[in-house]
This record gives sequence, structure tokens and C-alpha cells, in this order.
Amino acid sequence: MSQNAARTETMVLNMGPHHPSTHGVLRLILELDGEVVVKATPDIGYLHTGIEKTAESLNYTGAISLWDRVDYLAPLSNNLGFVLAVEKLLDIANIPPRAQCLRVLLVELQRIASHLVWLGTQAIDIGAVSVFLYCFREREQIIDIFEMVSGARMMTSYIRVGGLAQDIPEGFEKKVRDFIRTFPKRIDEYETLLTQNQIWRDRTVGIGKLSAEEAIDLGVTGPILRGSGLNWDIRKSHPYSSYEQFEFEVPLGQNGDVYDRYLCRIREMRESLKIVEQALNRLPKGPVIIDDRKIVPPPREELATSMEAVIHHFKIYTEGFKPPVGEVYVSIEGPRGELGFFVVSDGSAQPYRVRVRPPSFINLQALPRMLQGRLLADVVACIASIDIVLGEVDR
Amino acid sequence: MELLSPLVPILIIVIKSGVAIFALVTAFAYAVWIERRVMARMQSRIGPNRAGPFGLLQPLADAVKVLLKEEIIPQDAKVPIYLLAPAVSLVPALLSFAVVPIGPEIEILGQKITLYLADLNVGVLYVFALASVGVYGIVLAGWSSGSKYSFLGALRSSAQMLSYELPLGLSVVGALMLAGTLSLVQLVEAQKNAWFILLQPLGFLIFIVSAVAEVNRAPFDLPEAETELVAGYHTEYTSIKWAFFYMAEYINMIVVSSIAVTLFFGGWQGPFFPPAVWYFLKVAAFIFLFIWLRATLPRLRYDRLMQFGWKILLPLSLVNIIATAAIMVWQG
Repeated sequence: MSQNAARTETMVLNMGPHHPSTHGVLRLILELDGEVVVKATPDIGYLHTGIEKTAESLNYTGAISLWDRVDYLAPLSNNLGFVLAVEKLLDIANIPPRAQCLRVLLVELQRIASHLVWLGTQAIDIGAVSVFLYCFREREQIIDIFEMVSGARMMTSYIRVGGLAQDIPEGFEKKVRDFIRTFPKRIDEYETLLTQNQIWRDRTVGIGKLSAEEAIDLGVTGPILRGSGLNWDIRKSHPYSSYEQFEFEVPLGQNGDVYDRYLCRIREMRESLKIVEQALNRLPKGPVIIDDRKIVPPPREELATSMEAVIHHFKIYTEGFKPPVGEVYVSIEGPRGELGFFVVSDGSAQPYRVRVRPPSFINLQALPRMLQGRLLADVVACIASIDIVLGEVDR
Repeated sequence: MELLSPLVPILIIVIKSGVAIFALVTAFAYAVWIERRVMARMQSRIGPNRAGPFGLLQPLADAVKVLLKEEIIPQDAKVPIYLLAPAVSLVPALLSFAVVPIGPEIEILGQKITLYLADLNVGVLYVFALASVGVYGIVLAGWSSGSKYSFLGALRSSAQMLSYELPLGLSVVGALMLAGTLSLVQLVEAQKNAWFILLQPLGFLIFIVSAVAEVNRAPFDLPEAETELVAGYHTEYTSIKWAFFYMAEYINMIVVSSIAVTLFFGGWQGPFFPPAVWYFLKVAAFIFLFIWLRATLPRLRYDRLMQFGWKILLPLSLVNIIATAAIMVWQG
């Protein structure tokens, strides 16, 4: 090569942790050739809060509140996953049907809320600003419902071992019905803005492709896996919380690109809405929590008349309950994929170890593969399509 | 008085320039306000409504805020160019307004006053030339900031300019051929009977698409694509230097709208209202269109944008020229 021949070299671009569209504090080290990504290396850990370790010093009921903070876009799903694990540890099988049904209802609303944040951020990352605000308008409705039942907009901690913290308040049904009535039109609205939009298709079709085999190799779950055409939904394959009684479809994609993941999630929102409606229609009467005084505090009014109730109350609030020695793994279908909780009990009132299988963390593994040889503009589209929550990635 | 009379035309020019600059800066301020309010309504928000009635004093508050921001010059910046770039961006934007006629001649105090600063016989060329210079502001800013995001913004900007200046220039040739002049004043007069939008619909479409790209507005706002490049070429700019880029963008938007109005929508002509009002309404409609586009469309990707420019717009604009020429020859 002569001295004058043009010499090109790649540029290393440090994207994040403070970048507008890395969805929190993800850091990507991008090696760029012009705008083409030669190599992408995600760097995580900027939001590490030691939540799993903290859980070891709280009792089981107290630990529920931690999982709200792991995936702060789907706190109820996290509540449910952990509670199901503890219930398995305690061998509780007789959760009241009303509680089961409400759990499904709330978790599906949560899935819609979480997908709305995903849709909003995916749209804003590709440049469609308005969709973001429309999504947050609808999410606000769901959050109002959560506030109504639990008193908190985001950190709900509403699901308890054995059932729910309390029954739903008056007016709940009306609010949910309102939402069921208005929301399908809103989804149509998003779809008018995006689905057939030529620019949107240009930016998403064929971008961030992941074949079903690759997805399985990487342990990817949730809408990304289903976008690649693999029918795997834990609600169907290992039903929990009475999901087997509900009718819904599992939307599948074909190409495993950003567009198919988009379509999957949009259809999932419609399916979730169906589940919510079914749950509301069949909502059984009865208690919302089991009647086991060793696990659930006695009702307030009993405290005035029953000495035994006072003792149980004291024991539960000072110490908590003690599951038998053992270890369990329970997973549910969170909005982002398989959300698993591995809980080890040493017989004390605090968990010996809790390990979360966070879907975001594992799905993030697929990012370098998706980005290989793509343009810088596709990087943000791919990150958004994985729908990561950094709180969950780093814990 | 006799002695001073040669000075009067100069005085008029000075006053008109002052008024024009003042009007443009005010128009910029309120274009921002309108954009924020209109976008807010489109996105089911409220928008700025605290400062003054309907938030009308918001531009003032913003100006004070921007002026009081800390001046930061990055360590790796190439300082002289870094400081020069905002001016290179803003000044051509202001200058290009000089040839835009906003009305016919009027008489004030016995003096005939034209409602434009200059009637250049190469008016259209002058505007496009200045627009090209303005791009240098962006390229230099990106290159001299010493930041990789700015650099990528600058690269995108040059690529975008190359792909869009050509169709932009060619798209108006049809209209120029019909009018037989490059002077914007005469172009307005040529549209007395029929606006050129009716005779040159394809030319107008190409022009408006290229114009959006030319002023870096969504969906062609690649050089400053927030979600990809943080803020693109002006990532490293703060305070008044940043405001210069911001002003340049909006003033360019106003200028491009004015050119569109002048070339295709009969300029200031229209029934009932005074000419200046017509001009203002037409430009406002274009500004609204720009805002509407921004609120609706996702951003194009940079390679698709170049493909679109070279493979679709450029051939189309050539077809438009040939078709116009053929029809003119055929009709004699």
C-alpha cells in the first residue's frame, strides 16, 4: 500500500450511561465505522442497588416491597412472582378465587401499563414524539386504578402471601370498565400513527433480527422470543394464578425484527385487555386472603375480643412467618419475559437468599447480536425493542 | 434638507434593515411559542401558559434564561471556529430574508417605500447560496466541538445537504421558467393570474420535502436527532451560542416558508386583506405545517434519507423541468 492510500479507522463511541435513549443508565461501547456499528459492548451495573442482598435482612412480607423497585414499570408482576414463590415454599394451595382473579386482572393491567411505556419510548426513540405522550395518558388511567386499590401509584406492594393486602374499593369496577371501553380505540390510534407509516416501517422492518434458534441460545424470553416466532408463554405452558381459566391468544411474529416485536406487543395489549374484561366479568365474591393466622394477620375487629388474635398479630408484626427449610423456583410471564424468583429458606423469618431471574438482564444479551453491522440510528431502535428496565438489569 | 436628500434612501434602507431584523427575531420568538403551544395541543398537553396571558411572555423568559446560562467551552474545542460557527449559522439565515417581498410599494411621508430590502435579479439564487453557507455553520460547529456526537451530527448534516440542495434547487426551476425571472419581486407579479402551485404541483411537493430537510426539521432532523446523537452538532454549545443555532433553525424555517409562499402561493397577493396580512397568514400556515409534521412523523434514517433524495426526488425534479419545458414549447 502506498503512503497516500486513504487510511480509515474505527471510532469508539461511548454511548451512555447518561444518554437520552439508553432507557436509564445502560452504557454501550460502540465501535463505529462511519455510522455502522462494528461491535457493541453493553456495560451494566450503574444502577446496582443490592436489592437481592437487602431482601435477606427483611422478613418475607417486607421483602415484597423490594420487588416493586426492581422492575419499576411492572411492580405488580414482580410482587406476584415473589409471592407465588413464597406460597410454594409454604405449600399454600388454597388461595381464594377472588384473590386469584384479581391478581390476574391487576397483573394484566400492569402488562398493558408496561407495554405502554415501551411503546412510548420505542416511538420517541424513532422520533415519533406524540405517541409517547398518548401512551402516558392511557398509562395514567391504569396508574389511577392502582392508586385506588393500593394507595400507591407505582410502588404498589399490593399482593401479599396468601392473597391480597385488602379488597378492592368501591368504584373500582367502573374505572376498569371505563378503561376497557376507551382503550381499544386508543390502540387503534397508535396503530394509525405507526403500523402502516412508511417511515416507521423503514425504521423497524428487518432491523435487529433475531432468529428463533439464536433467541433460544441466548435465553431470550417474552415478546422478543415470540416476535421470533416461537410460541412460549408461561401463562399458557405453566399456568399460574388461574390463568388456565382465561381465554386469550399468544401473538406471534415471524421475522424476529423490531417491527414484529412491535406488532406482538401491540396485540398483547389487546389480549391482556380481553383477560381483564373476562376477569372483571367473572370476579367471584368472597375473601381476598387466606384464613391462616400463622401467615396472615387477624382482622382488626378480632383484636378487641380475642387474646389469640392479639398474640398472632404480635407474632406476625414483630417476627413474620417462618417457611420450612427448602428452595423453590417460580417463574411467571412478566411484561418483559420470564420473570423468575429463586427463594431459599433456612427456616427463619427472613429469606436466606433470593435470586431474581430478570428478563431484561437476559434479553439484553441479545443486543450485541442485533446491532452487528447496523447503523447508529438502529441502535436506539433495538435497545427500545428489548424493553429493558435498568433497575431490573442491575438489581 | 436639500443637502440631506441623498441620504434619505440610505436612511430608509438602514431603518428597514433594523425593522426586518427586529421582526425576524420577534417572529422567531413567537414561532417557538406557537410551536410549543400547538405541539402541546396535538399531544394532549397544555404547553407554556404561565408567563403572561396564554404564556405570551414565555419567549422573554426563555431569552433571559438562555442569556444567564453558564458559558462553557469544551477542552477539546478548536476555539476560534467553535465561536464562529453559531454566527455562520445565524447570519445567512437573517440575510436571506432581505429579498423576500412582503407587499407592494407603499408611500410613507411622500417617500415610496418597498416592502423588501433588495430586489436582486438573482434573488432565488441568492437565497439558496445563503442556505448553503448556513450549513457550514452546522458542519463547523460539529467539527470544532471536539465531541463525537457533534461530529456525527456534522457528518449527517453534510450528507443531508448534498442530497437535498440539488432537488431543492431543481424543484423551483419549473416556476422560474414560467415566470422568466429569478427576482422574487417579479415572481410574485408573475403569479397575478394563477399561483404557481396550480401550474407546478410536483415542483411544489419536491420543494416542500427538500425544504423540510434543508432546515433540519422533523422528520429530517437527523443532524440533531436527540435520541441518537444527544443534540447532534450543538451538543457542546451552551448559553447564547446555543440560542444562535436555535434562532437560525427557526429563522430558516420562516425564510423557507416565505420562499414557498413567494414561489408557489402568489406571495403577498390575495383578496380583501392588506398584502402584508396575506403574506403573514400564508407563512403562518407553513409554520403550522412544519409543526404538524414534527408532531406526527418518526425520524428517517440517514441512509434512507440519502436514497430518497438521490433516487426519488432528484429524478422527479428533472422530470418536472423537462415536462414544464416541453409544455411551454408546445404551447409556444
